[in-house]
Amino acid sequence: MNANYWNDQNSPVMPISAPDFMPLNHLQQLQLYRLQQLVKFTYERVELFRDRCKESGVKPEHIKKLEDISLLPTFTKTDLRNTYPFGLFATPMSEIVRFHASSGTTGKPIVVAYTQNDLRLWSECIQRALAACGLSSGDIIQNAYGYGLFTGGLGLHQGATDLGLTVVPVSGGNTERQIMLMRDFGTTAISCTPSYFLHLIEAAKAQNVDLRELPLRAGIFGAEPWTDEMRRHIEMESDIEAFDIYGLTEICGPGVGIECCKHEGLHIFEDHFYPEILDPDTLEPLPDGEEGELVFTTLTKQAMPMIRYRTRDLSVILPEPCSCGRHIRRIQRIHARTDDMLIIRGINVFPSQIEASLLSVSGAMPHYAIIVSRENNLDKLEVQVEFPREKFSDKISEIEKLRGQIGDAIQRTINLAVTVTLAEPNSLPRSEGKARRVTDLRNK
Amino acid sequence: MKIQQLAIFLQNKPGHLSGICKTLADNDINIVTLSLADTQQFGILRVIVKEWELAAQKLEEAGYLVQLREVVAVEVDDEPGGMHKIVEIIGAANVNIEYVYAFTFHKSSRAVLVFRFDDPDKAADALREANINVLAEIELFG
Repeated sequence: MNANYWNDQNSPVMPISAPDFMPLNHLQQLQLYRLQQLVKFTYERVELFRDRCKESGVKPEHIKKLEDISLLPTFTKTDLRNTYPFGLFATPMSEIVRFHASSGTTGKPIVVAYTQNDLRLWSECIQRALAACGLSSGDIIQNAYGYGLFTGGLGLHQGATDLGLTVVPVSGGNTERQIMLMRDFGTTAISCTPSYFLHLIEAAKAQNVDLRELPLRAGIFGAEPWTDEMRRHIEMESDIEAFDIYGLTEICGPGVGIECCKHEGLHIFEDHFYPEILDPDTLEPLPDGEEGELVFTTLTKQAMPMIRYRTRDLSVILPEPCSCGRHIRRIQRIHARTDDMLIIRGINVFPSQIEASLLSVSGAMPHYAIIVSRENNLDKLEVQVEFPREKFSDKISEIEKLRGQIGDAIQRTINLAVTVTLAEPNSLPRSEGKARRVTDLRNK
Repeated sequence: MKIQQLAIFLQNKPGHLSGICKTLADNDINIVTLSLADTQQFGILRVIVKEWELAAQKLEEAGYLVQLREVVAVEVDDEPGGMHKIVEIIGAANVNIEYVYAFTFHKSSRAVLVFRFDDPDKAADALREANINVLAEIELFG
């Protein structure tokens, strides 16, 4: 069956995607072999890993089958911070050819390193991701992820180039020029954060450019969680197909996973990034199909291998085969990061729940800000929403009705009273990279 | 005869009203009258100006949320019972008043009532039948 993919001229599947279709038993053999090599390699070269293994009495030779991965210690962002900048490197600087760093807002960034081979394999994953989105040579991709220390820009750039796409390395920002280039070059795909694309949609309208009439047909959106409601909004406003790309700096950057044309979860390139779902409290492995914290082991990275790295993202491994034919497993889209979770009056609230509620009210309102404060020792949740021009009325009662609808929709979802503040169009801050929609004033 | 009223969304933050007034002033637009409806959360500024098209355009360009709405302006005697006479006719015609505001006009003994009706045409007809002066733009702005 797979062979037909390569022979069919119209097939979106390219030879680069071959590992996506590897028979499962072969894939698992490969994963075990790579895991054993990785553990041995890292044990010899990374002090922190060796110390943690000794604490839990594990040796590399104990890894006899894939499930034995659960014997190994887990690692967190704190471990990266504590070993800043080079403490987790497994190769000498002479073999390292690139650094990237996280866009952390507090304290020191997370630094990651790549060897030549790491970069080659990262590019392979991005190529497989873009191919899964139906892109091939002939496509013009506008890469509006920021270029620099952030993994998004250069990561996508290299993969797209190696796949043979025509890359417009425009980087983030300069929105008017983005729209001009998109129109003049006939860009067929764009890569950026979903929140920045929302901004582009608005800016295009202001420049009287109808995105729906441009050749643009695919968006590769990642670097922040976004909801299916947001996808529908984006696809309706711009007539493109929106794909969710997953990745995190600590593991390599974008290209850890991708949605295929079926949009039923994200395929993980698990021949390179072995996924596990753990109970975040007990760290016990959970079976496929159960929700827990997503944990990755980089099976092939050399400069800075990550073993059982806790992502803080909540997800589910979907064990059923995907109808696209790929054998690599899928995870559910990330709607929530444990880091993003707000605890308001003892109730867990995820910003994505509020986003979904806002987009469920007629006259979708994708621009919002969440403000949590404390008044008289009581947590207070305020959601600021830009309301669409056509919803504005000269009558107080009409506007109050809309506020009520929004408040009810949010309250039904999160079970908490909320103050809805309506704002003018374009009055809330726009992001050119990752959106920062939550302000928590309680700890200041 | 209906006239155009601009409704402008007011966020509850310092300087917002001032910015709107400045936009009008900078474009040499005089406010004939206004009314401000407010809640704890937000307000709606309703203004009548002669150059309503220009005003709407300039305010929108400046980022304000503006809606144009037809209202009915009626001239009444500035004396006890003046308003009563009008609302009685409206009530009899079975038209709802959404809101109303008033101003006195050019230091004369006449006042102007500005109505937002649920059925402005029906209301205007009823008023005209009762020989009430429903103002056209030309009369209002001179």
